[in-house]
Amino acid sequence: MMEWETVIGLEVHVQLATRSKIFSGASTAFGAEPNTQACAVDLGMPGALPVLNEAAVAMAVQFGLAIDAEIPEVSIFDRKNYFYPDLPKGYQTSQMYHPIVGRGEIEISLDDGSTKRVRVHHAHLEEDAGKSLHEDFQGMTGIDLNRAGTPLLEIVSEPDMRSAKEAAAYLKAIHAIVTYLGISDGNMAEGSMRCDVNVSVRPKGQAEFGTRAEIKNVNSFRFVERAIAFEVERQIELIEDGGKVVQETRLFDPELDETRSMRTKEEANDYRYFPCPDLLPVVLDQAYVDHLRSALPELPSEKRARFQDELGLSAYDAGVLSSSREMAEYFDIVKDTCGDAKQAANWVQGELAGALNRENLDIEQSPVSAQQLGELVARVLDDTINGKAAKQVFQGLWNGEGKTADEIIKAKGLKQVTDTGAIESMIDQVIADSPVQVAQYRDAEPDKRGKMIGYFVGQVMKASRGTANPQQVNQLLKEKLDALC
Amino acid sequence: MHDKTLTELAAALDAGEFSSRELTQNLLERIGALDPEINSFISVTGEQALAAADAADAVRAKGNAGPLTGLPLALKDIFCTLGVKTSCGSRMLDSFVSPYDATVVEKLSEAGMVSLGKTNMDEFAMGSSNENSHYGPVKNPWDLNAVPGGSSGGSAAAVAAGLVPAALGTDTGGSIRQPASFCGITGLKPTYGRVSRYGIIAYASSLDQAGPMARSAEDCALLLGAIAGHDLRDSTSVARGVPDYREALGESLSGLKIGLPKEYFGDGLDPQVEAAVRDAVKVYESLGATVREVSLPHTHHAIRAYYVIAPAEASSNLSRYDGVRFGHRCENPTDLIDLYKRSRAEGFGEEVKRRILMGTHTLSEGFFDAYYKKAQQVRRLIRQDFLDAFEDVDVLMGPTSPTPAFDLGANKDPVSMYLQDIYTIAINLAGIPGISIPVGLAGSRPVGLQILAPHFAEPQLLNIAHQFQQATDWHRQQPAFGKENA
Repeated sequence: MMEWETVIGLEVHVQLATRSKIFSGASTAFGAEPNTQACAVDLGMPGALPVLNEAAVAMAVQFGLAIDAEIPEVSIFDRKNYFYPDLPKGYQTSQMYHPIVGRGEIEISLDDGSTKRVRVHHAHLEEDAGKSLHEDFQGMTGIDLNRAGTPLLEIVSEPDMRSAKEAAAYLKAIHAIVTYLGISDGNMAEGSMRCDVNVSVRPKGQAEFGTRAEIKNVNSFRFVERAIAFEVERQIELIEDGGKVVQETRLFDPELDETRSMRTKEEANDYRYFPCPDLLPVVLDQAYVDHLRSALPELPSEKRARFQDELGLSAYDAGVLSSSREMAEYFDIVKDTCGDAKQAANWVQGELAGALNRENLDIEQSPVSAQQLGELVARVLDDTINGKAAKQVFQGLWNGEGKTADEIIKAKGLKQVTDTGAIESMIDQVIADSPVQVAQYRDAEPDKRGKMIGYFVGQVMKASRGTANPQQVNQLLKEKLDALC
Repeated sequence: MHDKTLTELAAALDAGEFSSRELTQNLLERIGALDPEINSFISVTGEQALAAADAADAVRAKGNAGPLTGLPLALKDIFCTLGVKTSCGSRMLDSFVSPYDATVVEKLSEAGMVSLGKTNMDEFAMGSSNENSHYGPVKNPWDLNAVPGGSSGGSAAAVAAGLVPAALGTDTGGSIRQPASFCGITGLKPTYGRVSRYGIIAYASSLDQAGPMARSAEDCALLLGAIAGHDLRDSTSVARGVPDYREALGESLSGLKIGLPKEYFGDGLDPQVEAAVRDAVKVYESLGATVREVSLPHTHHAIRAYYVIAPAEASSNLSRYDGVRFGHRCENPTDLIDLYKRSRAEGFGEEVKRRILMGTHTLSEGFFDAYYKKAQQVRRLIRQDFLDAFEDVDVLMGPTSPTPAFDLGANKDPVSMYLQDIYTIAINLAGIPGISIPVGLAGSRPVGLQILAPHFAEPQLLNIAHQFQQATDWHRQQPAFGKENA
């Protein structure tokens, strides 16, 4: 059987978090009543003219700098002409020939801890279209132009990815970069990030690419993986059955988990691109670019390196904790509050990640704040509570039973008993209550006794309702039992 | 009062000879009586005009009148005017009431001017005779068998007939200057970027420019001062101070270097037009100017380059008229494609469709380089021609149009119509300012002299036109039409 190689390139559309639209002063806020956030420019009114929003330019340049891309001195807006009801002017203002961001590179981390560099061909600015609403209009279509004119940065990769996992990792890396930069909220559910996936297959070892299909408008990390998985299988089956892949645009249907043909190359539009005469070329002077460069925040790759080098975290831990701005910020606060990076990393990736996963929450939705978790870890580190009690405190914080770890520790009486006298009296009581076990212990070979001590520890911990310091209990029990032998 | 210039009317208003309301009333009556003959207005906005006149009179009574307070004018129906039908001469926009004012409209009303209505025009400003209007052709007040020129034919005819003292037009390839020439008035196309295009319905965005049409260069100076300037809503408007255009009107022309482009005096130039233009140049010599022949070697490419670039931009600019949000929508569309096809087929006239087709073709894959890119190269050469000529001379002069106004229906063939713009079109491609002033008559029909100056040299240009009008009275000539209603 032939071995196949998958080749993937992504066009990622990122909605930029500007307050107003790319060519008008209308608001970009999500979720308003239809057509309440569209002015004369967004509606394509006769005589209305676009004016470029400088904030969108700055954000695009920041992205370019973050991926070490060339930033050309001049970029030019072009008109992409086609008719569609939610495209009010009959053309989309985009950048075809002279994009604002040139060639760059994005490092992606894979599950096995390795990294790979994916080349970015370019990134360009353009305006989003409105939305067609097909429900609620009895056979007619409604048009909502609130989204029309929202700034998009389209990031076009080279066909450098070789698996669905790599594609998802690339998308996650872009998500991390744009959220770190604060140039997008990265909210895929609201369409702030969408991507078109170009997929082809070729026999392993073949140099030239196979014919590709473009899957339009995939809007989650999971869907990207599933769409690619389906499409790769479809193409391989097709070829192995003697068929040919045709160049076409396909649509991913998450309900049926399949891709469907939308239009073939022959049906494709001729967009008649030409420079938009209403907008001047964008000229960036070096001082402006340098200023933006100097104001860049710490980026995911830098953060990952710092977590490894300065905090001594493993490559895996550093990768996970730097994967999004929210995650990294959360971790930083926990670490700073408790003062121990490794413990902070364990808690964020262990107890917290588990709880978030169970309830399907993102870290920014966590009921336990980073400050609260940091204080909790601090109480473990200063021996105020033991590990078992800490889990109870975490549950308490998660359920909102108290505002701080200390409050819950106090309310539940979980403070660790470290008073030697108190522990000794509990031990004496347990030994007195367990004559059979003490006899067994005494009769056992000395090297078997270590195992048998567990029973006594359990009894003492039970007597202390979990608050006794386990190390102390162990130590004192051993002394006392050995004294009996 | 209908034959006075803006400057004279301002003085009369200041002197209390009549009020702005009386003036407005008088002109509205003239429009009512005379316009049915020449069809220069699409909409007359009498009520709004009288309200604005009353407001202006109140301002004047308080002693706060500016130079334009209470003065009437008309607006080509290409300027978006809040709450008023803005048709652009097209069935497509017959039902379109603009929800906002164009920047220039806003500026003029802030200056206290009183708009009497919206003037007729070639549909979407595409034409040189005003015969391409959904609202019917406009007739030339000098000769009712003649066209007024286009596309700002309604504005030019209304001023010539004494219905308004001034009007605003737009000029993409000669649409202010050629009708000004045909109707014996003064019309200025400013430097590209001098006047905001916001709210002006786009034909060809890189060429369109609004400008004044009036009875004198002095009035044009007055109006330009009011409409010029940087507009944050138009990225192509230039951030550059606006001089006082009337201040420059006293300069002597002694030592002025005039160039006559030899390409503007060649085949196809009507002898009567040439004679009138050469006589006008002699007047300039008598005012102290020197004259020499110059060459603009790429002139003969201008029409071809224009008819690639302008339709290309137009094909895209007019895509928004799709029957979805505003404008004409066909009855009972069966589906989306039917909605597009029939709405556009019914809404647009023949010339507009022709230019959309030309533009769509030249931008198509496989043709773009041969047409659009090449035309842009030619455009740079044409611009360079002018820059080179202005190294040697201060201004260029020639006929505005190769012929006087032609008869209605005379130019049936689109190409012969396009050739009408042979002297005006290159100016838009180069972005420089140009003015047409009346300098004689060919029989009953006026002849215009076109004067061209370097980018942003409007002060000099207006002064040069003004000096001629100080020395002659061609600009005070009026057609017989409408005199009995004086």
